[in-house]
Amino acid sequence: MNSLTHVHNGEDVGVPNQKLAMWLFLSSEVVFFAVLISIYLFYKSAFHSLQITPSDIFDIPFTSVSSFILLMSSLTMVLSQNHYEREDISKTRIWIYTTGFLGLLFISGQIYEYTIFINEGLTISSSIFGTAFYFVTGFHGLHVFIGIMLLFVTGMQIHIEDTNSKFGLSLDSLALYWHCVDIVWIVIFTIIYLIP
Amino acid sequence: MKNQNTNIYKRPKNVSGILDLITTVDHKKIGVMYLYTGFTFFLVGGLEALLIRIHLMQAESTFLSAAEYNSLFTVHGFTMVFLFFMAVNSGFGNYIIPLMIGARDVAFPRMNALGYWIYFFGAIFIHSTLFVGTTAPPIGGHSSQGSSLFSIFSNALAGGWFLYQPNAGTQFSPGTATDIGVLGVIFLGVASLISAINLTVTTLNLRTKGLKLMKLPVYVWMTQVTSFLLIFSLPFITIALFTVLFDRQLGGNFYIASMGGDPILWQHLFWLFGHPEVYILILPVFGIMSEIIPVFSRKPVFGYATLVFAGFAIGFIGFGVWAHHMFSSSIPPLAQAGFGAATMIIAIPTGIKIFNWIATMWFGKRNLNVSMLFSISFIINFVIGGVSGVTHAVVPSVWQQTDTYYIIGHFHYILVGGGVFAIFAGIYYWFPLVFGKFLNEKIGKIHFWLIFLGVHVTFLPQHWLGLQGMVRRTWWYDKGMNIEYWNFVSSIGAIIILLSLIVFIFNWIFSVRKGEEVIFDPWDGRTLEWSVPLPPPEYNFYNLPKVSQRDDFWYKKYKIDENNRSVPRTNIKEIKNKYMNSASLDESHIVLPSRSYYPFTVGLSLPFLGWAFIFRGGFSSMILLLTGVLILISSIVGWSLEPEYE
Repeated sequence: MNSLTHVHNGEDVGVPNQKLAMWLFLSSEVVFFAVLISIYLFYKSAFHSLQITPSDIFDIPFTSVSSFILLMSSLTMVLSQNHYEREDISKTRIWIYTTGFLGLLFISGQIYEYTIFINEGLTISSSIFGTAFYFVTGFHGLHVFIGIMLLFVTGMQIHIEDTNSKFGLSLDSLALYWHCVDIVWIVIFTIIYLIP
Repeated sequence: MKNQNTNIYKRPKNVSGILDLITTVDHKKIGVMYLYTGFTFFLVGGLEALLIRIHLMQAESTFLSAAEYNSLFTVHGFTMVFLFFMAVNSGFGNYIIPLMIGARDVAFPRMNALGYWIYFFGAIFIHSTLFVGTTAPPIGGHSSQGSSLFSIFSNALAGGWFLYQPNAGTQFSPGTATDIGVLGVIFLGVASLISAINLTVTTLNLRTKGLKLMKLPVYVWMTQVTSFLLIFSLPFITIALFTVLFDRQLGGNFYIASMGGDPILWQHLFWLFGHPEVYILILPVFGIMSEIIPVFSRKPVFGYATLVFAGFAIGFIGFGVWAHHMFSSSIPPLAQAGFGAATMIIAIPTGIKIFNWIATMWFGKRNLNVSMLFSISFIINFVIGGVSGVTHAVVPSVWQQTDTYYIIGHFHYILVGGGVFAIFAGIYYWFPLVFGKFLNEKIGKIHFWLIFLGVHVTFLPQHWLGLQGMVRRTWWYDKGMNIEYWNFVSSIGAIIILLSLIVFIFNWIFSVRKGEEVIFDPWDGRTLEWSVPLPPPEYNFYNLPKVSQRDDFWYKKYKIDENNRSVPRTNIKEIKNKYMNSASLDESHIVLPSRSYYPFTVGLSLPFLGWAFIFRGGFSSMILLLTGVLILISSIVGWSLEPEYE
């Protein structure tokens, strides 16, 4: 009764602390990505007069596949949560690692794409398009990378902690983060790659 | 650092001295650490300002070189905004909020410590520029003929705290000083975000029984609005600073006009953070006022709901006025009209608050102690600064005022006459809570009158200097321009402020050692933080309080008679005794979060990573990188395997 979080019998808003913190963090993240994308849009009108324009360089089928992979990782994330609720720890772990693996695939796709683009002459300093493109997608990639790190740390934790209620919360919060990064990619993919 | 698996790792227990500070997760200790560190930077920033004022005391002064002068006003801004003001606000919030809401600690004690240590090491990182940073001498104008006494300062960044582009780009600000400053502020942003999220969750989820949202003290509400402002405005500055790093370090084109970059983008991004930042600084201070004035007027705060909603209104509108910093940049006339109007509108909720405080004092039994003197002069100074602020809504007038000392005068009235005065009011008010002793009132009154005089003598003439056309950030002004006199007066004022601070520091040291002791409820307080024995035990409340109304603690002591006056309850002594003696009861069943090394070590890794990035290439940077990564990874692993409680 008297400890901090074990039983809190005062007033609250009905969302567990850890999840509430994650929601607040994600609301900051959403603004973060909104600003990133706005910067891209701010400069976009100038892109068509450049030597290398977006439509010259983007390989839509390839990026669609890697976007699909990232989308599927959201599904595997949900599967791991689902197995956790059913107290099937080994399958939870498998799906967490699968999610991390799909994330790694997406990152590898991005690195592959970058190398191709750099070979074709689009670098950070080659044009304002290059600067904005690498800035926006790079920051998204960084978020995916951090997500992968968190997934593997969480996968490790589940070995040790097995079933306790706090772990379920971290898994839920991590899932929120991962889905957010996914959804942001859908927006980035649409705005940067698909809209001419 | 211990990193074994969960069964055998060693946790810090029963430590003392410096290890106690490094490993603590107690919100009260962290709050006091914030306050001490923040106040140290207040003195640093103040001395920087004093050097500037000494330099400007005479026309054609060569006291400082141009390079030193440029760096000094830049770091003065950085230090005061990021290292002093935000830290002190965090310190008050950390210390007071859990006590005000009847909680034993914040929601995430280790994250709280992490916020402090990132701030601390971020500050060290920024100041490392004095020893490892490089800048170029200013272009054109008078060559530097000044003394070399302060030449260390010319190693700091020098583009103004707003880092306007392309002035802060590689072309005009080569060297590493700007990069160090930019990266340092990114670190501080992370610290602020962590602390904002933590305080929000604490306020929303850890309230004691019966403390519904509309019963919260106004201070808690104001820090809450501030936390939301931080959560939504920090992304702007983070990205803006990253665009600068991208340009400077990785060859980006964001602000290179010849490559299609647009420097106006920087101004938008910066002020989209920069203007909410003004309210991030000033809203907690409004909260402090709303706590002190009712206590020393012995009346409930007037118009509680309007105070709270005015705070929200300021928060919302605060996001819609950023372009009034840019009226002299190229923005379209319609936008100028809109932002001008919004700037006028934001004066309304601010005015509501001013009238609420005045109405609280009206017919109250006012106690004119030092804390209250500071509060009343806060209102006076803030109204002066607010009125000159409204003039910034008039676009043609701004074209005349912009970049002059008029602006300097205006925002120093807000931030020094307003903010710093309220912080001092808060320090005099809550000092007994923290130390169980009073700050000396007699010395305090000398301190108050000196700083009151000093602030007006310093900053009032700056309005006139500005209207006479004295440009800000000016290192040199010729003789015979008719601005020597008021510059001299303004500098005298700065010296008076210095004297007042010496008096304050003396008062602090004197009172911590020999102050009049107090064990319980020194001001006949209204809010829950006064219902604990002083200084508060580590667990704050022996029994978590139950709350039924606003100012619950007051109504436990007093009841309202038929004339609507507060009269002491007949058993007031017993009630007070019950609270007072709760510290001597058995406390073994109270579970508190355990100490941890990892917040400190995570913070420690950041300067290494920062230096490794900026000085990359070469063997020493590899060492730095390796050190940073090792500390960071091992801390994260250790942290994730360590339970919060044991």
